[in-house]
Amino acid sequence: MSIYVYIAAMALTTYLIRVLPMTIFRKPIRSRFLKSFLYYVPYACLSAMTFPAILSSTNSVISGAAALAAAVFTAWRGKSLMTVALVSSAAVLVTEGLLAVLG
Amino acid sequence: MSWKQYAQGLRRGLPVGMGYFSVSFGFGALAAANGVKALDAALISATNLTSAGQFAGLTLLLAGTTLWEMILTQLVINSRYALMSLALSQRMGEKIGVLPRLAIAFFNTDEIFALAMANPEPLTVPFLLGLGGLPFVGWTGGTLLGALAGSVLPGAIRTALGVMLYGMFIAIVVPPARKERNVLAAVALALVCSCLFAWVPGLKQVTAGLSIVICTVAAAAVSAWLFPVKEEEAAD
Repeated sequence: MSIYVYIAAMALTTYLIRVLPMTIFRKPIRSRFLKSFLYYVPYACLSAMTFPAILSSTNSVISGAAALAAAVFTAWRGKSLMTVALVSSAAVLVTEGLLAVLG
Repeated sequence: MSWKQYAQGLRRGLPVGMGYFSVSFGFGALAAANGVKALDAALISATNLTSAGQFAGLTLLLAGTTLWEMILTQLVINSRYALMSLALSQRMGEKIGVLPRLAIAFFNTDEIFALAMANPEPLTVPFLLGLGGLPFVGWTGGTLLGALAGSVLPGAIRTALGVMLYGMFIAIVVPPARKERNVLAAVALALVCSCLFAWVPGLKQVTAGLSIVICTVAAAAVSAWLFPVKEEEAAD
C-alpha cells in the first residue's frame, strides 16, 4: 500500500481526536479514572517508545546507552528540550568516535 | 478578523516554533536516514503536527504495518489530545462557532494548548490561529530541512541526530517523574512492560506498534487505578 494512504490514516485519526471534542462531544469528562488515565498516557507512551528502543537506535549498544545516560542526566538537571536532545546526540557522536579509535 | 490579535498570537507562539524547529529537524533526519523522501517527511509533519504520534507512525511505516495497527497506535498515543481539546473548548466559551473550531483543533499540540490555557485574556479566533502559525511553520520547515540535511550528512552525524527525538522524550518525562511519585510509577510500569516485549521470547514477536499500545494502556490504566490524579492536575 502506498505511503500516502498511511500518512492520510495517521493525519485523519490524529485530527479526529482533536476536533471531535471541540465540536461534537463538548461535555466535560466526569470520570476520575478516565481523566487520570489520559493524564498518564503521554508519560507511559513516551517511556515505552524510548526504552529499550534507544539502545538499538545507534550503531552500538554502548553509544545508545551513552545517549540515554546523557539525556537522563541533563533532563534531571532541568535543561530545555533542545539542550537535552543535542547533548544526547553529542554523546552518540563522541562515543562512536571513541569506539572507532579503540576498536 | 483582528490582525492585532493574530499578530499577538504569532508572537506568543514564536518560542514554541523555534523549539519545534530543532526537534523536527531530528525527525526529518531520522526519516531521511531510513529512506523516506524529504517531501514525504515534511508532509507527515504538516498533516499530523505531533511528535510522539509521528515518531511511532514512522517506526510502523518502516517496519511495514497494517492500516489498522497504524490507526490504533495513533488513537492510543494521541488520546491525550481529546482531553486537551475538551479543556480548550470549555476555555473558548460558547461564542466561538464550529467553523473556526475545525481549524483551531488542528493546531492543538501539548505546547500550543499550554500557551492558550495560560493566556490571561479571553481567547479569540485570530489569537488562537496566530498561536498555531509559527509552531506549524517551525515543525514542517524543520522536518524538511532535517530530511534534506539527513540525506547528505555523513553517516556518523545522521546516527547522532537520530537519537534527538528520544532525547526530547526523555526531557519531557524526567522532570515530572522526578517531582511526582505517581508519574514515576507510570514511567516505571511502562518501562518494565516495554522491556518484556523487547526481550522475552514469544512476546518479542509482537509488533512495535502493538507493544507500544499495550504498554501505554496497561501502565496508564494501572497508574490511574492506583493513583487517581486530583482535579487540578488532570486539567494540565
